[in-house]
Amino acid sequence: MFREEVYKSLGLSDGEYKRIIKVLGREPTPTELAMFSVEWSEHCGYPRSRNLLKLLPQSGRYQALKSEDSGGIIIDDLAVIFKMESHNHPSQVEPKQGAATGVGGIIRDIFTAGARPIASLNSLRFGPLTEPYNRYLLRGVVDGIQFYGNCLGVPTVGGDIYFDESYNGNCLVNAMSIGIAKKDKLARARASGCGNSIMYVGSSTGRDGIGGCSVLASHEFREGEEKRPTVQIGDPFTEKCLIEATLEALATGYVVGIKDMGAAGLTCSTSEMASAGNSGMEVELADVPRREENMEPWEVMMSESQERMLICVQKGKEKEIAKIFSNWDLNAVVIGKVTGDDMVRIKDKGKIVAEIKAHSLTQVPLYDMPYKKPDYLDILGKLDIATIPEPKDYNEVLLELLSSPTICSKAWVYEQYDHMVQTNTLVLPGSDAAVLRLKGTNKAIAATTDCNSRYCYLNPYRGAQIVIAEAARNLVSSGAEPAAVTDCLNFGNPEKPDRFWQFKKCVEGIVDACKFFNIPVVSGNVSFYNEHPKGAIYPTPSIGMIGVIHDVRLVCRQNFKKEKETIILLGLCKEELGGSEYLKMAHGLIKGDAPELDLRLEVAVQQATLEAIKKGLVSSAHDCSEGGLAVALAECCLSDRENPIGAVIDNLDFTGRKDAILFGESQSRIILSCSEESISKIRDIAKKFAAPFQIIGKTGGKKLKILNDKSVIIDLAVKRMVSKWTNSLQLLITA
Amino acid sequence: MKFGIVVFPGSNCDQDCFYVIKDVLKQPVEYIWHKNRRLDSFDCLILPGGFSYGDYLRTGAIARFSPVMERLSDFARKGGVVIGICNGFQILLEAGLLPGAMLRNTNLHFICKYIYIKTENPRTPFTNLCQKGQVLKIPIAHNEGNYYIDKKGLKDLEENKQVLFRYCDVEGEINRNSNPNGAIADIAGLVNKKGNVLGIMPHPERSSEKELGSEDGLNIFKSIVKWIGAH
Repeated sequence: MFREEVYKSLGLSDGEYKRIIKVLGREPTPTELAMFSVEWSEHCGYPRSRNLLKLLPQSGRYQALKSEDSGGIIIDDLAVIFKMESHNHPSQVEPKQGAATGVGGIIRDIFTAGARPIASLNSLRFGPLTEPYNRYLLRGVVDGIQFYGNCLGVPTVGGDIYFDESYNGNCLVNAMSIGIAKKDKLARARASGCGNSIMYVGSSTGRDGIGGCSVLASHEFREGEEKRPTVQIGDPFTEKCLIEATLEALATGYVVGIKDMGAAGLTCSTSEMASAGNSGMEVELADVPRREENMEPWEVMMSESQERMLICVQKGKEKEIAKIFSNWDLNAVVIGKVTGDDMVRIKDKGKIVAEIKAHSLTQVPLYDMPYKKPDYLDILGKLDIATIPEPKDYNEVLLELLSSPTICSKAWVYEQYDHMVQTNTLVLPGSDAAVLRLKGTNKAIAATTDCNSRYCYLNPYRGAQIVIAEAARNLVSSGAEPAAVTDCLNFGNPEKPDRFWQFKKCVEGIVDACKFFNIPVVSGNVSFYNEHPKGAIYPTPSIGMIGVIHDVRLVCRQNFKKEKETIILLGLCKEELGGSEYLKMAHGLIKGDAPELDLRLEVAVQQATLEAIKKGLVSSAHDCSEGGLAVALAECCLSDRENPIGAVIDNLDFTGRKDAILFGESQSRIILSCSEESISKIRDIAKKFAAPFQIIGKTGGKKLKILNDKSVIIDLAVKRMVSKWTNSLQLLITA
Repeated sequence: MKFGIVVFPGSNCDQDCFYVIKDVLKQPVEYIWHKNRRLDSFDCLILPGGFSYGDYLRTGAIARFSPVMERLSDFARKGGVVIGICNGFQILLEAGLLPGAMLRNTNLHFICKYIYIKTENPRTPFTNLCQKGQVLKIPIAHNEGNYYIDKKGLKDLEENKQVLFRYCDVEGEINRNSNPNGAIADIAGLVNKKGNVLGIMPHPERSSEKELGSEDGLNIFKSIVKWIGAH
């Protein structure tokens, strides 16, 4: 009988401990207890979220794929596999290694599916950079991402970064990876075929990361806790060799199944591979390559040492597989075999230390958590914009918005990432979405990550719908048809009803929006317990979305291309300021409702944009998001740093408040620029889809001018905007 | 003619070079695993970029001991054309096939972006299709590209016209902002005394197709093909 503090320290409840005894029909051994604790943790088993995640749509316009550890879509004969995963708590504790191993882990999920990783993106959240610790976190996280990704030769092509007080003490690091494979060459994370061998490949096993998923990822942070030993250490060089060796091994056809040893290491890979293959498995721990002496069996089973994998190999082909790995100077040893029963049997020098039905580990107890609408919503939701003074100097407001860390150029970050290796990156970081060509075809994919968590805080259901709408809008602005989603759901403690309510509403928002757009959620991850002594983070359902570009020549970018072109606004400017960056920055308010979202209007605007791009009518397209129309226009002017182009906007409808028109964050708006000849054709397309169409000005000159009749509201030299927008982040970091 | 691309554990631009030679340049090309010792059938060897052995020690310091490097040195000594790109350049320095050393970039960060270089010496196997002073738009991606050589060494390089490329701005002017990493004398690429071994920090293979934003890098590969064809 284990004492209460033992199983509780592993993250198991009284009820779960009783259930383990019932499942086994006896007391668990120490190794078994450890195995259940990690498999049933929120990080691995999703006991508190799974009932809601079942609602996420599984199919859409493109054939969706769902594998054990990742998912994707089929484009012709190619499978595009992608997934986003969190590494928040490790990064908060040790930013460089936390972020590095986050990148390494998600990339392993991609190549163990048989796909070659072709790109990474990151969605990052930090507290304000005025805090020295947050600057340390940002530097460390960026350093970790560049350290790992650059060495691997997988380009980091995009992502998003926001700064907000709610992430003080609990930053978010969500890493996404994309890979491609021939669709008939995908691998599964299964062990089957009685007598087939189980091989361990990659790095040796140490004590690093023990309990990373159950203790670190499935609990709140408390002040003063020393958790650094639970963070893993990354070795990108070994992972690079592992990628090449694994893809070579899979090409032999001798590999029955393969699984990364990520969270929960050997426990997870043995039990989940056996369970997925409806088989049993016998493993001898004495044969596991070690880097530390005197490790207990449970430590070997729990270790989260990085760059390791488990492979099920056809009997008799072990030598061929081992040869491939040893050519890359990697371990590859047989540690066990597939058995005909359904038991996972773990031995240590011949002695059985765990013997559990494979399914009983993966049949996680599921909970319907209590939920309750949080009290803050009634207070914050009310915003009377009449009480907010209009700014005196609109130039100053725009410059301030352009230099706010959430809006300003992220070149300081992405220039530290190799974003060009593999020579597929057609649209470099800094536009609405990254675009990657698919060599050997005339197609490309676009990828973006998004989440305005302030909207989700003020209105979780609509905020989450906006995340989907905006991600799709970013893809469409690049000329891509939105195809599928991976989600990384970052929330507070699910055992607190107000937090769980946020989670439930956000999931419902994603479900409804994805259904409306006809796009599936093919993979994802849930990260709960993102709390710090002052409360929970904003609900942050980060979305990674992939779109398809059918003709690689019709890729669109956000910057104005030529002088004297016509600027068109598709969509409507509403008089709303709730949740805007402007309201927070200029008035210090986080208040009001999230912007309105009419999904039919959204789709109309997107379809019109996409058709205009596909017909080659459009020179540039850019969606309006944080900072509103004025910021979006400024970005169109300055995001080609070598060739910035000004604009004169003289045909906006200013009947409402000027600040709401310029800085309000109304959804479903895209700015296009085009030549004279294209105007009427674009107007016809807009009409066809019932998308509001308005010519608002012309490109050209060295200034951005916004006029209301004859009166000048904004008049700024592009050069001045460029310098604010470009230098701001570096100044804040080196402050 | 045939290109060979040497693959070390940790090389990661090998496939990009392969693609450019085979699919853009339409020339025969093969990979050469670093444990290989036979190089007779090749006309030009490429040491690609990447992180050989993770760059965990000094960049290139371990790769230079790979079995292939001994034969590669023979190949170079006999006048064979060798081009080391980025990490390949660093390996050539460690192997003593080129003079000087690499320091960390002055800003102590990895830098990936498009920059400009100008052609200083157009009479080499690598530049014969460029004009003197021609500006090439070409990306860099490195942590240690801050080339260093002592005064005497630099004088030799300049006198022998071994500096092929210098960092510059879009107009070909060299100024305070045009050098991204602090390299001495703005050196982006240089050859050995004989002129048959090039080390270059920027990546010509990433700028050999218009759709990627520049095809200026292709001039270097085309020059090699022309030079080998003529010799």
